[in-house]
Amino acid sequence: MGLWSTVAERVGYGLLLLVAVLILNFALISIAPGDIADTIAGDMGGADASVIEEIRTRYGLDQPFYVQLWRYLSRVVQFDLGYSYFYNTPVTTLILEKLPATLLLVFSAQILAVITGTLLGVLAAKKPNGAVSLTVTFLSLFGFAAPVFWTGILLIILFVSIFPLFPVAGMMDVTVEGGFFVKTLDVLHHLVLPMITLASIFLALYSRLARASMLEVLGADYVRTARAKGVPERGVLYKHALRNALGPVVTVAGLQFSAVISGAVVVEAVFSWPGLGTLALQSILARDTPTIMGILFFSSVVVIIFNILTDITLRFIDPRIKSG
Amino acid sequence: MAETAATEDRTGQEPLELKITHPLSEMATMFFANHAAVAGLVLLIFIILFTFLGPYIHTTDPFEMVWAPFSPPGEEGFLFGTDYLGRDILAAMMVGGQVSMAIGLAAAVISVVIGVTVGAFAGYYGGVIEEALMRFTEFFQVLPTLLFSMVIVALFGATLLTVTMAIGVVSWTAVARVTRSEFLRIRELEYVAAARSGSARDGYLIFRVILPNALPPIIVQANLMVGSAILFEAALSFLGLSDPNTMSWGQVIGSNRPYILDAGFAVAIPGFAIFFTVLAISLIGDGLNDALNPKLRQR
Amino acid sequence: MAVATDPLLSVKDIVVDFKTRYGIARVLDHVTLDVNSGEILGIVGESGCGKSMTALSIMGLVPDPPGKVTSGSIKIGGMELVGMQLDSLRQIRGKDIGMIFQEPMTSLNPVFTVGEQIAESVRLHENASPKAAMDRAVEMLKAVDIPEAERRARAYPHQLSGGMRQRVMIAMALACRPKVLIADEPTTALDATVQAQIFDLLQDLQEETGTAIILITHDMGAIAELADAVAVMYAGRVVEKGTVDAVLSAPQHPYTKGLITCVPHLEPDPPVERHELMEIPGVVPALTELGKGCAFAPRCGEATEKCSVEEPQLLATGDKHLTACWVAQQERAQ
Repeated sequence: MGLWSTVAERVGYGLLLLVAVLILNFALISIAPGDIADTIAGDMGGADASVIEEIRTRYGLDQPFYVQLWRYLSRVVQFDLGYSYFYNTPVTTLILEKLPATLLLVFSAQILAVITGTLLGVLAAKKPNGAVSLTVTFLSLFGFAAPVFWTGILLIILFVSIFPLFPVAGMMDVTVEGGFFVKTLDVLHHLVLPMITLASIFLALYSRLARASMLEVLGADYVRTARAKGVPERGVLYKHALRNALGPVVTVAGLQFSAVISGAVVVEAVFSWPGLGTLALQSILARDTPTIMGILFFSSVVVIIFNILTDITLRFIDPRIKSG
Repeated sequence: MAETAATEDRTGQEPLELKITHPLSEMATMFFANHAAVAGLVLLIFIILFTFLGPYIHTTDPFEMVWAPFSPPGEEGFLFGTDYLGRDILAAMMVGGQVSMAIGLAAAVISVVIGVTVGAFAGYYGGVIEEALMRFTEFFQVLPTLLFSMVIVALFGATLLTVTMAIGVVSWTAVARVTRSEFLRIRELEYVAAARSGSARDGYLIFRVILPNALPPIIVQANLMVGSAILFEAALSFLGLSDPNTMSWGQVIGSNRPYILDAGFAVAIPGFAIFFTVLAISLIGDGLNDALNPKLRQR
Repeated sequence: MAVATDPLLSVKDIVVDFKTRYGIARVLDHVTLDVNSGEILGIVGESGCGKSMTALSIMGLVPDPPGKVTSGSIKIGGMELVGMQLDSLRQIRGKDIGMIFQEPMTSLNPVFTVGEQIAESVRLHENASPKAAMDRAVEMLKAVDIPEAERRARAYPHQLSGGMRQRVMIAMALACRPKVLIADEPTTALDATVQAQIFDLLQDLQEETGTAIILITHDMGAIAELADAVAVMYAGRVVEKGTVDAVLSAPQHPYTKGLITCVPHLEPDPPVERHELMEIPGVVPALTELGKGCAFAPRCGEATEKCSVEEPQLLATGDKHLTACWVAQQERAQ
């Protein structure tokens, strides 16, 4: 199957998944105690039954389930995820405003984790009983056992009290003046600690995986073939073996994107990073249901897009993969 | 055991009276040969004793203000110091640990039950049922688990029950995948075919024939689920989304977070409690993996 | 073997030890072999007798740990390979000595096209441009009779059949026109018809290029057809060697006799008694368990008391024919 037909198939399947997410969203709202009318009435400081009834009629809450669902779906198709009564803004606008910050964090942390994890794994596989191997073992235990918010807080304590090198809160310094380049640098400066914190969990996972994968590949017949034709050890390791060992790492990294987003929610809270996670937390505390649901939907969109990109990457890494 | 047989055959002594060890005792031997796993087990037992028996010895109420806030550990007779409300952190660690571990265990049970059911049916029946169930699993993998459980807690309120359910309901996919692949493998083995030809019912085959043989990797996965459920609960509490009337390790961290620069210990100590508990569990998991996967033993 | 000129490849008293859980296993025990240019040397023996390990030790590819070349010498064109710096050894691998492995299915890297894999060898050893290297790769594919070589050069290994992949392996091994080609059971994993094709191909290429070949196999028929000289290995030792004519027509070592009569149409003249030679009883002993004496003695129908006490040396038992067997040597002496 060609690349484009695979992509088309994946996108089609992704759209189906998104419809499922929307139905789930809608079902959750429907079975949860209280509805928008109650929330609005609550915001108004209480209202009598007739007013609540009127709100229900206005928002179509008195209609049968499937009619409401159909209306909801057709609104979403027009990029209308509802209106946030708390922020007085359409949910889509609100989310698109915060999405770049989260994408930056998620993507940079994932890239950092994959690259460093793979490198550590390769170095560890070179000497299965060496110091790097031991480090990878410890790192993978630490990465699994340490709560991500705790790692973040320890880093904050470290970088505030001992090495004040990096800012520990927010995404940019409003006092910084200058052109695009200066501002970008400022954002990157703020990104360092949140990125490292988020990457730490996944770095542990990938390095362990890369190590195991490399050890397996280094025992393969084709690695012996490469040595037999005189390929230098560097080429054996980084060209012949790594290219084969990368498959499992990239596959798992692709599956981890939704976990990275989960981690980002916590990391954003720790470092006051103004992204979707922070928005989600605020809207949950404000009982702003449309926004929460919108975020859940958007994060699924992001996960699906990343999954498709992972599939494409895998096809370039391993020609044996035809589809899925 | 094959080795024992070979040696005894060679020496020609009593080849028929082989010492057949019970599989369980053999597994125990394997497990206890892994020093890290034994250390994990000892650590976990210590933590369980600390949290569940500790409050009978150290009877301070964790919700009561006993001293000035932020008294550093070791001073004024408070081993772990006091928190932002002047409450005893040692007592909070004990009581909070009970909640953290209970939720972790209960949520893991929920996710294992869902995961094993989905995985078993998918792996046993195959075809359309498998396709549908695996699509269902994929669907749950697309939703970021923490966000999903935050939504559940936000919609249904933060009680111990909803938090536990929310964690369990979102984190079963790994168990389902492991169970399915084990079922796919075992389904093809001869003793299953034999049982099948004896016209055994599906339910019998799934739960009495295949599942017991599929258990080893499921047990390892289930063990890890307890660890990640504890972490999950900690993250939710840290974000302020747990039952406000209970105390857990994550909650202690979350509530002391604004004061990290004044009293880092109030955050560091519960963090270490979570860290060591999950570490102990994952070390035990590695040991179980060694003990239950005979294929890996040779390496 | 009294040869006037120096052999192209000379393996002398090579010893390889492996550390195992049960002690040290001597995988190769003073193996001595010579290969002259333009010659095909066959090495035969059962699995685990050290055939492949001999090949790997020539390539400097003995897995270390757990293995180690403990002593001995391997010289190609007078150059000592044992103890050579890895960097220098790499110059020789693929250039002076090419190797074909047993499993064509797994011996090619699945993520590179076969053309790239052949061209890599050329680029490593001949400083060729990528374009020139790829041209050579296509040329080599043609030389090993792969149809539509230009198109196949762009194929990945999984898109080719087993026989096709083994041809690619041969093309890769010969790409830099090595002096010696080591073929380690090149046809074991292939269908019978494909086996014959690969052997024919090897013979043709040998005639065209004059490359010396070490053919490792347990197929006595192939040896009879292709090889000039043969060495029979058992439990890490060479137990008999000589010209193919000499060894196959008059095998001296009971093990060789056994091997030959396992193949019906190769029976020597006069046929040795059948009843004891339909098969060789027992199995190759574990290398950690070898005691004094001849390693084959426990399975040997002709073994005397001496055989289990003292290890026989490889001595002449005929013209261009050496055997490590007390019985054969005694017969010779009489």
